[in-house]
Amino acid sequence: MTLRTSPEIGGMGHSLKRKEDARFIRGQGKYVDDVKLPGMLYLDIVRSPYAHANIKSINTEKALAVPGVLAVITGETLKEYNLHWMPTLMSDTQMVLPVEKVMYVAQEVAAVVATSRYAAADGVEAVEVEYEPLPVVVDPFKALEPDAPVLRTDKEGKTDNRIFHWEAGDKAATERAFAEADVTVKQDIYLPRILVASMETCGCVADFNATTGKLTIWMTSQAPHAHRTVFALVAGHVGLSEEKIQVIAPDLGGGFGGKVPIYPGYVIAIAATVVTGHPIKWIEDRTENLQADSFARDYHMTAEIAAKKDGTMTGLRIKALADHGYTDAATQPSQFPAGMFSICTGSYDFPQAFAEVDGVYTNKPPGGIAYRCSFRVTEAVHALERMVDILADELSMDPAELRLKNFIKPEAFPYRSILGWEYDSGNYEGALKLALETIGYDDLLKEQVEKRARGELMGIGICSFTEVVGAGPSKHFDILGLKMFDGAEIRVHPTGKATARFGTKSQGQGHETTYAQIIAEELGIPAEHILVEEGDTDTAPYGLGTYASRSTPVAGAAAAIASRKIRDKARKIAAHLLDTNEDDLEWEPGKFSVKGSPTLSKTIQEIAFAAYTNFPEGMEPGLEAVSYYDPPNLTFPFGSYICVVDIDKGTGEVKIRRFLAVDDCGNIINPMIVEGQIHGGLTMGLAPALFEELVYDENGTPLNGNFMDYLLPTAMETPKWETAKTTTPSPHHPLGAKGVGESATVGAPPAIVNAVVDALSHLGVRHIDIPMTPDKVWALLREHGVTE
Amino acid sequence: MTSINVTVNGTEHQADVEPRLLLVHFIREDLEMTGTHIGCDTTNCGACTVLLDEAPVKSCTVFAVQADGRQVMTVEGLAQNGNLDPIQEGFREEHGLQCGFCTPGMLMTSYALLEQHADPSEGDIRKAISGNLCRCTGYVNIVKAVQYAAQKKAGG
Ligand code: FES
Ligand code: FES
Repeated sequence: MTLRTSPEIGGMGHSLKRKEDARFIRGQGKYVDDVKLPGMLYLDIVRSPYAHANIKSINTEKALAVPGVLAVITGETLKEYNLHWMPTLMSDTQMVLPVEKVMYVAQEVAAVVATSRYAAADGVEAVEVEYEPLPVVVDPFKALEPDAPVLRTDKEGKTDNRIFHWEAGDKAATERAFAEADVTVKQDIYLPRILVASMETCGCVADFNATTGKLTIWMTSQAPHAHRTVFALVAGHVGLSEEKIQVIAPDLGGGFGGKVPIYPGYVIAIAATVVTGHPIKWIEDRTENLQADSFARDYHMTAEIAAKKDGTMTGLRIKALADHGYTDAATQPSQFPAGMFSICTGSYDFPQAFAEVDGVYTNKPPGGIAYRCSFRVTEAVHALERMVDILADELSMDPAELRLKNFIKPEAFPYRSILGWEYDSGNYEGALKLALETIGYDDLLKEQVEKRARGELMGIGICSFTEVVGAGPSKHFDILGLKMFDGAEIRVHPTGKATARFGTKSQGQGHETTYAQIIAEELGIPAEHILVEEGDTDTAPYGLGTYASRSTPVAGAAAAIASRKIRDKARKIAAHLLDTNEDDLEWEPGKFSVKGSPTLSKTIQEIAFAAYTNFPEGMEPGLEAVSYYDPPNLTFPFGSYICVVDIDKGTGEVKIRRFLAVDDCGNIINPMIVEGQIHGGLTMGLAPALFEELVYDENGTPLNGNFMDYLLPTAMETPKWETAKTTTPSPHHPLGAKGVGESATVGAPPAIVNAVVDALSHLGVRHIDIPMTPDKVWALLREHGVTE
Repeated sequence: MTSINVTVNGTEHQADVEPRLLLVHFIREDLEMTGTHIGCDTTNCGACTVLLDEAPVKSCTVFAVQADGRQVMTVEGLAQNGNLDPIQEGFREEHGLQCGFCTPGMLMTSYALLEQHADPSEGDIRKAISGNLCRCTGYVNIVKAVQYAAQKKAGG
């Protein structure tokens, strides 16, 4: 993309340093836990030690005697206000505090309000709860057996633990494709339960003013407006009214999808501020975060590919079982219960495909949120990219060659997949060829042959993924009926500076910088003169928030369109000032000039001043615009990743020697920020590939609910990421841009697994489930007779 | 309650605290300096890193009473007379931060590293920050940020 603006203006394509950094590097960021109000009290939560149990009694007497403890809130307290249950974003229901029974270990049971954090924790210790354990269902396959106990006894008429059954594609035609195939391959693949674990945990400060009836809540929210509306819907009957609810999402210490759900803690804090009349702070600790927040993945898949002898793929079939825990708290806005899973045909031109997913309840915390990805895309890509490698192995074909043979061709876009997606643009062979060349694929293959001859284990893995991001369009995407558009409001002030407000919320993506760059590109006002604000529902236009890489595709587009509305008015004012016809004016970023007489011109700053001081007769004063953008389609970023690993035969440790990510996210707003997003996404792809998994024992007790055993990659394990790019603009996005924040999290894990399996393929290894921990790899090596 | 005397960023503070009060809570809540963050309960994340008599410590794992009579330096103490320390500049110039939550801890750990080693290798830097978790950046740019600061301090 060629630059249209100077560095001083700083429009699209400039690697502007971030505006937000000024406060963060000085320790002046304002996160939720930094909010302190006069008279503020602290809330801490009593949690269940059982995965399934009746609550026989809750005795709060000793807790109330603890110095500093002022109140204990239980399900019975909330029941008086009919606030003990709430809807999930999937229109399932979830307990705020239980009245009858608990459904998972670490579930909220009661809440203690006290004058300090420490006193609240003391109070939690002193609450006495008597439980009557019930049979526990941990295994999702067992949950579907006829004799399994029905968990959701609260749902009248519910006779099993199935949440949904969902299908996509033509089952019979796909069966025919398999029957007629020369070769078929099949593999069970499990993606374990993981948690985004942003460095800042979740929490809020809720402050209700009984006189005005106004509730202000600072909360860790990726979707402040949607949350405000949900609060109004849930608590409307006790007097909370939407215009008097102000949700403020201050600086967020990461989100990645974990700050989209409404956790019970927020609602309890709201109840507590209403009941006590004091501001209430609730901040979960890391153990609570890892044991009770909403989880990702937990997907048991069986995947199959049908193909001809020459490698042409003719059919894809995937059956999946999704463990959603005790409620379907998925935070995905599509109208399909398995989200975007039907993107599973990926980058390939499959003539037939069929996918089916069953969602089930178990005695685990709510599952089904995203982990830095559009909902269920990672699962789909993982299954497919593993299967392509398994097919290559079966056919003794090079995995790169097999991919190139089956890619959707560049000239086939816009491309309609057999499962119904309309891909906007792509050049898959361009990305893979660049990756192969940049990393020196042929030399790596030679090196591998030599190493194998010496008994060393080296592997090369490829993943060529297609992502699907940027929900809407609203005809397919909503949250509880709220359509998935997003809003931008721009006000240009008399002196030519601007304030812009958005319905999204940055969690580290750098919106204060990138949105300013979009407006700078469109209006020629220097980015440094544009103040971007988000996260306050009292001031920002309505929007559905930031997740699933939707900020650039949706709110970024709204910023461009609002800017263009302003430019249209600016043109009229310029014509008035230059005493000429609108049609005789020419625009270049920052000014209008008369065609053929470039010295006759008016800058956007002069025009802004005139908008308040000297506007044409009959025109409204001011220079402002709002846009609510409902995209015509999603955007489909893509990429090809290549990973090179060496495996230590003595320890089973996987060492990533090189990792190259070639990404294509269309036109780029800020290359520095895009690269940073890719680095971060790759690291969150590395994490589940090698380290992260939440494990439960047969009683449903989490075995690794803290950072001692739930391992996040440190600087020691994280490789020096290499990146490159191709640019295929989105034809329908006003700026030609696509989302990018999550591509790497989707694309990295299969590349890493494919590399490890490749290193072991000569031993007969065809698949390994993630995480590929040293002990797992070590055991596999011993199983195949490899010793040091 | 125990009476303590702690010097934070050059200013002396006298306070009566519960013996169990963590240093990080003393800094954040009693002194209302919220630049130092909390990201875990098991001494793993390093978001709470401060310097105690010039050595980086995880302030969630130190009692306030243990800081009695000692010098504490937090992220708020890095800039001198409004001038950023090179390590702060490095993080901004090299895009070494995204959400900013790990940043104060990262800054303090790398500041301490550069006080010890004027010219650390990439391996030295990665090892030094291995007790500080970052979920956003993938560390590559943090390494570059520290290298930037090392060069700048060397007059480069
Ligand atoms: S808060 Fe995590 S190490 Fe101190
Ligand atoms: S910048 Fe977000 S955790 Fe490091």
